[in-house]
Amino acid sequence: MYDKEFLRNLSEKAKTWEEQLQAELRKFPERSEKFSTRSGIEIKRVYTPLDLEVMDYLKDLGMPGEYPFTRGVQRTMYRGRFWTMRQYAGFGTAEETNNRFKYLLQQGQTGLSVAFDLPTQMGYDSDHPLAQGEVGRVGVAVDSLRDLEILFDGIPLKDVSTSMTINSTAVILLAMYAVTAQKQGAEISELRGTIQNDVLKEYIARGTYIFPPQPSMRIITDIFEFCSKNMPKWNTISISGYHIREAGADAVQELAFTFCDGIAYVEAAIKSGLDPNVFGKQLSFFFAAHNNFLEEIAKFRAARRIWAKIMKERFKVTNPEALKLRFHTQTGGSTLTAQQPLNNIVRVALQALSAVLGGTQSLHTNSFDEALGLPTEESVQVALRTQQIIAYESGVADTVDPLAGSFAIESLTNEIEQKVWEYIEKIDSLGGMVRAIETGYVQKEIHNSAYEQQVAVEKKEQIVVGVNAFQTKQEHQMKNILKVDPSVEERQITTVRKLKVERDNNAVRGTLKDLKEAAKDGKNIVPYVFDAVRAYATLGEISDTLREVFGEYTESMIL
Amino acid sequence: MRIFRILIAKPGLDGHDRGAKVVAHALRDAGFEVIYTGLRQTPEQIVRTAVQEDVDLIGLSILSGAHLQLSKKVIELLKKEGIEDVPVFVGGIIPQDDVPQLLQVGVKKVFGPGTPLSEIVQEVKSILQEGVTKTGGA
Amino acid sequence: MEHKTLAKLITQIENNPEVAPQILQQFPEHQSKVIGFTGSPGVGKSSLIDRVIRYIRTRDLSVAVVAIDPSSPFTRGAFLGDRIRMREHFVDDNVFIRSMASRGALGGLCDAIFDVVKLLEVSGFDYVLVETVGIGQSEIEISHLVDVTVLVLSPGFGDEVQMLKAGVMEIADLYVVNKSDLPESDTVYSQLLAFLALAGKSEQQLCKASTHANNGVREVVEKIERLWESFYADGTIERRRKRRTRYHAEHIVRKIVEQAMNTVQENATNPYEFVKLALSRLCENHLRGGQGGGI
Repeated sequence: MYDKEFLRNLSEKAKTWEEQLQAELRKFPERSEKFSTRSGIEIKRVYTPLDLEVMDYLKDLGMPGEYPFTRGVQRTMYRGRFWTMRQYAGFGTAEETNNRFKYLLQQGQTGLSVAFDLPTQMGYDSDHPLAQGEVGRVGVAVDSLRDLEILFDGIPLKDVSTSMTINSTAVILLAMYAVTAQKQGAEISELRGTIQNDVLKEYIARGTYIFPPQPSMRIITDIFEFCSKNMPKWNTISISGYHIREAGADAVQELAFTFCDGIAYVEAAIKSGLDPNVFGKQLSFFFAAHNNFLEEIAKFRAARRIWAKIMKERFKVTNPEALKLRFHTQTGGSTLTAQQPLNNIVRVALQALSAVLGGTQSLHTNSFDEALGLPTEESVQVALRTQQIIAYESGVADTVDPLAGSFAIESLTNEIEQKVWEYIEKIDSLGGMVRAIETGYVQKEIHNSAYEQQVAVEKKEQIVVGVNAFQTKQEHQMKNILKVDPSVEERQITTVRKLKVERDNNAVRGTLKDLKEAAKDGKNIVPYVFDAVRAYATLGEISDTLREVFGEYTESMIL
Repeated sequence: MRIFRILIAKPGLDGHDRGAKVVAHALRDAGFEVIYTGLRQTPEQIVRTAVQEDVDLIGLSILSGAHLQLSKKVIELLKKEGIEDVPVFVGGIIPQDDVPQLLQVGVKKVFGPGTPLSEIVQEVKSILQEGVTKTGGA
Repeated sequence: MEHKTLAKLITQIENNPEVAPQILQQFPEHQSKVIGFTGSPGVGKSSLIDRVIRYIRTRDLSVAVVAIDPSSPFTRGAFLGDRIRMREHFVDDNVFIRSMASRGALGGLCDAIFDVVKLLEVSGFDYVLVETVGIGQSEIEISHLVDVTVLVLSPGFGDEVQMLKAGVMEIADLYVVNKSDLPESDTVYSQLLAFLALAGKSEQQLCKASTHANNGVREVVEKIERLWESFYADGTIERRRKRRTRYHAEHIVRKIVEQAMNTVQENATNPYEFVKLALSRLCENHLRGGQGGGI
C-alpha cells in the first residue's frame, strides 16, 4: 500500500523511536508485559504503515459493496438505511407476545424477532412430561398453527420481516408462519424473514438438537430447495457464531467454527443438486458482539472477507450476491453481570457500537437485567434506545466503514483472518465439521476456552468491573424482574388438549402418514410438513413422526 | 484418603451446558470424581444415577427458569429412594427472590451467575467435610 | 439386591479393597458373562454398549455395566461421562451402571475393580460389561479382568496405526468395526481381515456395527455369546479366571511392595540397601498384620 522508499524511512524512524523509548520504559513500565486479546492475538504498542506493508487496497479492502466486501455489503451502508433494530422477544402465551410485538413496532422497531420456549425448540407439545415447568419460559409456547395465528394477529406478515430463533423444529415453524401468512391473504413468495435453522451449532454450543447430524443436514437442504423455489426472499438459515461464542469460544473460534458449519451446509446443498449461486443469496449469519471493542470490529470486517473468499474460491460462486456475508449481531449475553447490573447498559452500548462499526445488517441489544431473568419493559426500551442513540446521535452511521485504514484495525483484521484460515484447515484435515463434531473436537476446543477464561477472571488476569474489581458492598437490588405467570402452562395445556379433540383427526393422521412416507423415501419433506400444519397437527406430533424415521442424537461428552 | 464423588446434572430442557462443564472441570481439578450426565435429564434419571453411583453430592445446573419445579422434584425423589442425606446444590440464573424457596424445599446451597469457581469448590469441600465428621468418616 | 445397597458396597470396596473378602463371602457364588469393551476414545464404545444393553434387555436378562475412565495422576480427580450414552436404561431396575475412575498408576486399572466385578457377579447379573478407554495400559489389562474382550474400532481415529501397535490387537477375542455407515469403514474392515489372517485368528471374530443406524448390534451380541459358550466348553473361561486371580494377586502384591518402599527413607545410598530396607519393612508390617498389609 506504500512505496518502498517511504517504508524504509519509516522503518528507520520507528527503530529510533523504539530505542529512545527503552529508557522511558525503565522508568515508567507499561501496565503489562504483554497485551493480547482473548483469542491470543498480541496487541502491539503502536501500529504503523509497516504493519500493512503487504496489504493491497483493491484486493484486500475494495470499495463498499464490492468483493471481498471487507468494507461492507452495500455501497451506501447506513447512509441509505440504518441496520434493522431487531429485539428478540417472546414469552408466555402467544397473546402476550403478540402484545409485546405490537408495542415494539409502535416504539419504532423495524423487524420482529421471535423467541420460542424450550419445548417448542425441542419438538414437544406443552402437555409432554418433559415440558413440565418449561412452558412459555424462555420464549413463546407454540403447539400448533393456532398459536401462530394468535401470535401474529393484527400484524400483516407481508409487511414485516420476522426472524425466528428456531433450529431443530425450524421446518415446522416455517410452515406455520407461511400458512398463517396465506390465511392473511399474503403470497408466501413475498414473505421476508429468517429461520435460524443452524443445527450444527446446536451439537456444539446450544444443545437443542433432536435428530442425528446426517438427517438434520437433510432437513436443512430440503428447506433450502423449497425456499429457493417458493420463498426467494426468505433467509433459510442463520449460520450462528453467537452461541458458539456464548458457550466460551473466543473471537477467532467464533468465526472459524461458524464458517466450518457454513461450509458443511453449502457442501450438503451442492451435493443434493442445488446451485450455490442461487441458495447462497439466502444464507445469513449471526454473530456476537463482545467486549474487546477493536477486536470485535476487526472480526466483523474479517468475516465478510473470509466468507466471500470461501464462496468464490472454494465453491466457485460467481454471483456477487451469493458472495456477500450478511449478518445479524447480538450483544454478548454472557458478558452481562448480575453484579451492578446498570453497568451492563454501558457494556451493551460499546458492543453495539462495535457491531455498527463492523457493518452489521441487524442488531439486537441485550437488556441490562438479563443476567437476572426475563427483561422488563423498561430495560427493553433502554436497550432499543441504545441503538437509536448510536444511529441518530453518534454520527458513526454517516460514512461507510469509518475505521478502514486504521493501522490497528486493518492489522487486526488481517491477523484474525489468518488465524481463522488455520482453524478451517484443521477442521478440513479432521474430515469436515460433521466429523469434527462427532468426535467431540470442536466441543473440547470451546470448553477449554471457556474454562481458561473463567480461570483468567478468577486470577484477575482479566478484569470484569463490578465482579472481580470495583465491587460495591451494597449491590443494586433489582426490582420488577419480569416473571412468567405459572398459569401459562396450564392454559397452554388446556388449549392443546382441546385442539386435539376439536380438529379433524382423520386429516391429521393422513397428513402425518404421508409425511412419514416422504421422510423414509427421501422426498423433500417441506410440502408434507405444510400439509400437516394446515390440518392442525401439533408440533409434537410432527416431531415424533420424524423421530420415528430419523432417530435421536445423544451428545458425545469430552472434557 | 477417601475420594468424593459428585454428580453434575442438567435437568430440564435447556441446552446451555457451559457452566455445568466448567464447574465439572474445576471440581475434577480439585481432586473430585465427577460424574456428568449430559443434557436433559429427568429428575428420575438424575436420582437413579445418584443411587447407582453412590455420590456424595449432587449439583444441578438450571438456566431455563424451571429451577423451582425441578429442584423440588429431585429432592422428593431422593427422599423416596432414601438418600435424602445427599446434599443438593443448584447453580444457574436464579433470581434472588427464589433462593429462600429453594433452600426451603431442601436445596443446600444456591450459586447465582458469576460465582467464582474457587467459591464453589470451597463450599463443596466444606459441606463434604462436614458430612464426614458427622458420620465419623465413612 | 437393591441398587442402593449394591452401590454402597461398591463404594466401600473402592475406598478400601481390604474389606472385599468379607463383603463377597456374604453372597452365594454366581458367575456372570463378563465382557470387556475397549478401543480408542471416540470410536463409539459407550453407544455400542448402550445398544448391546438394549438388545440383551429384549431377552429379559439383567446387565451391570462398569465404565472406567482415567484418574488424573496429579489431582486424583476424574471426569466420568460414559453414562450419557446409556441414559435410556437409567430407570430400568435390571440395569445397573457404575462409573469408576481408574485410580491406578499410568492409566492402568486399580485393584478394586477386580472385586467390584466379582461383587456384580455374585449379585446375580446375567451380564457384566466392562468399558475401558483404550489409552495407557488399561486396554491390555482389561483382558485379564474379563471372560471375553471386544475391541471396538472405527474409521478416522488413527486405528489403522493403532492396529500395528503390538499387543493391543492381540488381546481381543472379537473385533467390531463401528460406524459401519461411514464409507471409510470398509478400509478398516479389510485391513482387519488381513490382520486376522496373519494372526491366525478366524474371520468369525470380526463384525461390523453401526450404532447410528442400529445395525449389526444383534450380530455383535450373538458372536459374544457364541465365543463365551465355546470358551466355556473348552476350558478357556476357567483358565482365564485363574489368570484373573493371579493378576489380581499381582496387583495387591505390587501395592504392598509399593507401600513398603514408601516407608524407606529417601537417603538409602544404593538400590540394594533400599531393597533390603524395603523388604525388612514389608516383613515387619506383614507379621504385625499392620496397615497396608493387604489381605
